[in-house]
Amino acid sequence: MSRDLREQIREILAPFQGRNVVLIPALQAVQEKFGYLPEVAMEEIGRIADLSTNVVYGVASFYAQFRTTPIGKRHVAVCQGTACHVRGGARILEAIERALGIKAGETRPDLEYSLETVACIGACALAPTLRINEDTHGKLTTNEIEQLFPKTSKQEEKPNS
Amino acid sequence: METRPNSECRILVCQSTGCESSKSDKITQALENQIKELGLSKNVEVKFTGCHGFCQQGPIVIVEPEGVFYTQVKEADVPEILKSHILEGKYVERLFYHNPVTGEAIPLYKDVPFYCRQQRLILRNCGHINPEIIEDYLATGGYTALRKAIFEMNPESIIEEITRSGLRGRGGAGFPTGKKWEEAYKAKEQPKYVVCNGDEGDPGAFMDRSVLEADPHSVLEGMAIAGYAVGTPYGYIYVRAEYPLAVKRLRMAIAQAKERNLMGNKIMGSEFSFDVEIMQGAGAFVCGEGSALMYSIEGKRGMPRVRPPRSVASGLWSKPTSLNNVKTYATVPLIINRGADWFSSIGTEGSKGTAVFALTGKIANSGLIEVPMGTVLRQVVFDIGGGVQEGKKFKAVQTGGPSGGCLPETLLDLPIDFESLTKAGSMMGSGGMVVMDTDTCMVDLAQFFLKFCSNESCGKCVPCREGLPLMIDIMKKITQGEGEPDDIQRLINMGETIRSGSLCGLGTTAPNPVLSSIRYFEDEWKAHVIDKICPALVCRALINFYILPDKCAGCGICARACPVEAISGGKRMIHVIDQEKCIKCATCLEKCPDRFSAVVKVTGEHVTVPKEPVPVGTK
Repeated sequence: MSRDLREQIREILAPFQGRNVVLIPALQAVQEKFGYLPEVAMEEIGRIADLSTNVVYGVASFYAQFRTTPIGKRHVAVCQGTACHVRGGARILEAIERALGIKAGETRPDLEYSLETVACIGACALAPTLRINEDTHGKLTTNEIEQLFPKTSKQEEKPNS
Repeated sequence: METRPNSECRILVCQSTGCESSKSDKITQALENQIKELGLSKNVEVKFTGCHGFCQQGPIVIVEPEGVFYTQVKEADVPEILKSHILEGKYVERLFYHNPVTGEAIPLYKDVPFYCRQQRLILRNCGHINPEIIEDYLATGGYTALRKAIFEMNPESIIEEITRSGLRGRGGAGFPTGKKWEEAYKAKEQPKYVVCNGDEGDPGAFMDRSVLEADPHSVLEGMAIAGYAVGTPYGYIYVRAEYPLAVKRLRMAIAQAKERNLMGNKIMGSEFSFDVEIMQGAGAFVCGEGSALMYSIEGKRGMPRVRPPRSVASGLWSKPTSLNNVKTYATVPLIINRGADWFSSIGTEGSKGTAVFALTGKIANSGLIEVPMGTVLRQVVFDIGGGVQEGKKFKAVQTGGPSGGCLPETLLDLPIDFESLTKAGSMMGSGGMVVMDTDTCMVDLAQFFLKFCSNESCGKCVPCREGLPLMIDIMKKITQGEGEPDDIQRLINMGETIRSGSLCGLGTTAPNPVLSSIRYFEDEWKAHVIDKICPALVCRALINFYILPDKCAGCGICARACPVEAISGGKRMIHVIDQEKCIKCATCLEKCPDRFSAVVKVTGEHVTVPKEPVPVGTK
């Protein structure tokens, strides 16, 4: 399995060999494929960029875009930018955290959902907003959160209710 | 109607991030399909465009040549637009834009106040051309400025023209563009680079995104002219990874420009070659700072460095580099074509040309706007922005992004330019403008900005890395009702230390929102610190929710909705909130039916309610 992973990563990295601008685009390419950066990716990228694994990790951990843990099938990014903040974005986030039973930055153990906050998705006129995978949803209310994230998740969280 | 020639009737559909998240791509598709079915393909052309700027009203559809402006269009509206407007010549009135104040319907694009008070130079093509087709840009005179620059001018005369125009960097710092180009031109080392800063990290700002999505060629043309002036074939454009559509359209634009030899080797048969490589950012606000951005392109951690040397002497890979913002480059072709005198006739003494703002927050007309420098804030907020949402009262406007400042009502007549905003304790920034109403707590907001800057601090300078969290701790205390009288002065002192002890733009401006908020809204700060109340009813530790016994009908909706089961009651019983359990999420306030309006939110006062649920009607 891990050999397979390494092979796959080498395939993704092949076009970067010998290029001037390598590190960040290579990290992005791997993350686009897997949704996160597996440890072997750091080693492989270090190899083609001629850098030690810890330097690669140091760069990856500096940027908010990069993750070292897998994301859920549905990745929810809740905007916490200024426009969303003044229109109640913090409460939208809390409602989602309650509905999904996870906090921002976490992934559900069943890998159905992961949740993160982002600083701005640039759709401020539609504030408050969130993105589920590629789909942007705007002008959110707590009612809509209930519809977007149906009760099942809440029941799992509180089996006795 | 059916006999009008193809070119005359065009339906423009906005397909930028804002409108597309309201499914405008489906509208384009439906229009195309149904036009085919109706056999109108010869007479009516459907065209998607970039951002019109009026995102609040999206998706936006414009029918030309009449210039009829339809707002909040849905896929289901398509048959009616085609049948009524296109076939029968009757406009679809219910989709007109309505003036939020007077309720008056405004059918034509050119009459909508949001647009008719703007002067759109940088946004000249946004919403009017298809950004994915180079012919559209060429038809507006695109790439004629590059041709003029290469064949009729030389680097010195280009730099002189830009210098004379008074153009200053649109990224926020306002450095004179001509001076920057001149220094890069005079630098001896080779190779040199021109870099475009599209790392628009300010939350609440989407000017650069809209320009890149709606008119990518204008930026590329500006970069090529800069390349010619500075003397380099190498261009980089650094775009936020959060802007996938902008990246896609830039890629298409570069490929199309190369096909036509407007970019690449020996442009238009001249000796000048120029190519642009796209570099995607990876989510670090600090990379909007020049030296950090360049380190990021090199594949390093984006941490700003000590200057001098400035990047025109030692920038990307330690070579001379001219870095400009997206909007600066988009302005350049206009200046080359229309001349420095024309450009410098717009704006104020020290700030020439126009400024683009992303108008957001509690404003009636959210969107992207462009006005001449020197326009007063009041005109932007009230005439163009339509005033505060839902008729509430204006409280403040934040300019300059998370490290700008909040300006109160008394400064609404301030003319907008680089100097006046800085003097007022805010800054131009790259163009975010967030409007606040009386429901916004200035202490909470200042804390929000400070947290943002603290999260994004790269950690290099101690005052920024350690000082910002300390300020946040004090503010947490204040918002929790545990503030001490000298906390406000302590915040001011710390803010000034961080300001003077940090290297880059992030650290030196991060305390701005706190300092400007204290300067203009001292009463609100004192209310938190001394009276332990939050007048805007935002800070949770300082507010309480109560169910009014004379209004509660015992319907139980609030109790079922409460996420923490803090509400007790029963059928036809007056419900009671357990103040210990309540997390103040306001769900009960939202869920209580309007006809009862039994839930109230208060600060600093106690409302008498029963201890236990009692039957409805009990006095």
